[in-house]
Amino acid sequence: MTMTIVRLENVSKIYSRKTGRQFFRSFLAHKLKRRQEHFYALRQISLRLEEGDSLAVVGPNGAGKSTLLSVIAGLCWPEEGIVEANGRVAALLELGSGFHPDLTGAENVRMNAALLGMSRRATTEKFDEIVEFSGIGEFIDEPLRTYSSGMIMRLAFSVAMNVDPEILLIDEVLAVGDQAYQVKCMEKILELKQRGKVLICTSHDAEMLKRLCSRALWLHQGCVVDKGPLNEILDAYEAWSAASKPQPD
Amino acid sequence: MRERNYGFLLSNLILRDFRIRYRNMSLGVFWSLLNPLIMMSVLTFIFTRIYRNSDIPHFHVFALCGIIPFNFFALAWISGTISIYSNGNLVKRVLFPREIVPIATVLANCIHFLIQVALLLVVVLLAGYAINPYWLLLPVVMAFEVIFVCGLSLASSALDVYFRDVRYVVESANTLLFWLVPIFYSFSQIPSQFRSLYQYNPIAAVVLASRHILLEAKAPPSTLLWKLALVSFASLLAGLWIFGRLKRKFSDYL
Repeated sequence: MTMTIVRLENVSKIYSRKTGRQFFRSFLAHKLKRRQEHFYALRQISLRLEEGDSLAVVGPNGAGKSTLLSVIAGLCWPEEGIVEANGRVAALLELGSGFHPDLTGAENVRMNAALLGMSRRATTEKFDEIVEFSGIGEFIDEPLRTYSSGMIMRLAFSVAMNVDPEILLIDEVLAVGDQAYQVKCMEKILELKQRGKVLICTSHDAEMLKRLCSRALWLHQGCVVDKGPLNEILDAYEAWSAASKPQPD
Repeated sequence: MRERNYGFLLSNLILRDFRIRYRNMSLGVFWSLLNPLIMMSVLTFIFTRIYRNSDIPHFHVFALCGIIPFNFFALAWISGTISIYSNGNLVKRVLFPREIVPIATVLANCIHFLIQVALLLVVVLLAGYAINPYWLLLPVVMAFEVIFVCGLSLASSALDVYFRDVRYVVESANTLLFWLVPIFYSFSQIPSQFRSLYQYNPIAAVVLASRHILLEAKAPPSTLLWKLALVSFASLLAGLWIFGRLKRKFSDYL
């Protein structure tokens, strides 16, 4: 019997169109006139993922892909609907988030492991393994600001893999790795999948999605356009993208 | 969500603040010592040479007892206030209890505070005061101050996410408090109708208590300690409550 790991029911994320500076004014406007502009970043999203499921989220820029991942990770609260995530979440949302440029690679590894909820002992035990997998080598004691974006991604990915997450969220970041490292990452992700972990990722790289995911969700302006088996959705999405591209004269 | 032990995270965040501050400095921890000593010299010059304050013996020690708790308070509060905003990248992208951020920032400031308190004790001994058993009360009094700043910072850091003006309010409040905390004047110089009000200001209470302990070798009055404890814990509870109400929307405003 399979267990539901991630469940979203009618989830909507609404941003009010107000900046911090106008916050007080719009708060008053809200109280007085009840007239406010809303922007739906996500509208009525429902989905259910079970052990070993892997979902690709596709859509044009600004479709709500990253917001969806943030909502699943528990980083932002939806205004409507229910979000359930059973298990430890490791989210690779933006390159080097949680890393500090002035700390060394080694210090950042410990910091990041702590942020992802690892204990001091587990971090010490796994430290060598993390550094080994990242392939950073002797640069591990150099400050992070000297790293290339590929190296930062390697380090972030190694830490995330070693916290043994039940749910892995990857937003685009794998793209900065070189070919060899991407293959290494994908092997590791497939191995996690085999052990029943859940993967949700966004990418504009269709080949990568085909290798990692079995299902897909197509978002457009916060709404689900379609969902189903990966190949079908990808074909439909690509056809739509090609059609909406400005035609050369 | 599994039960986790956040001690490792807290110690990592504190160490990070400390490392970042000192890694690119050549004088390092000496800045922690230099600042209060300069302040002490200036205040001593003004209040023994310009405005003569003849009834206070060892004015420099007297002033340092005020400067050090106040400095810690002012620095910890302002850096606590901007902590959520300046760690926005972390708060937006990684899931962990947000309360840890301002608390770790305040605790990172405690490292400087400890160094400065050590300096204070050295200056006290050099001036000829003796060690007395009430010194054991000092950590308790200072712990109350830390609790108080944690509470204030929790509230102000959460508000600062929504209104970036909060940090300027905090800065102005710190400037005002420099005058309203008995740093360069004594409790007995305060008109009697304001004295009980002063005791409710935890920073003033910490300054007064440290002078009782270090300069007069006696226990601080118990009413003073009770008020200090009361206000500190009330501030922590209020801070946690306000933070808890506001933290859900952080990621929308960072």
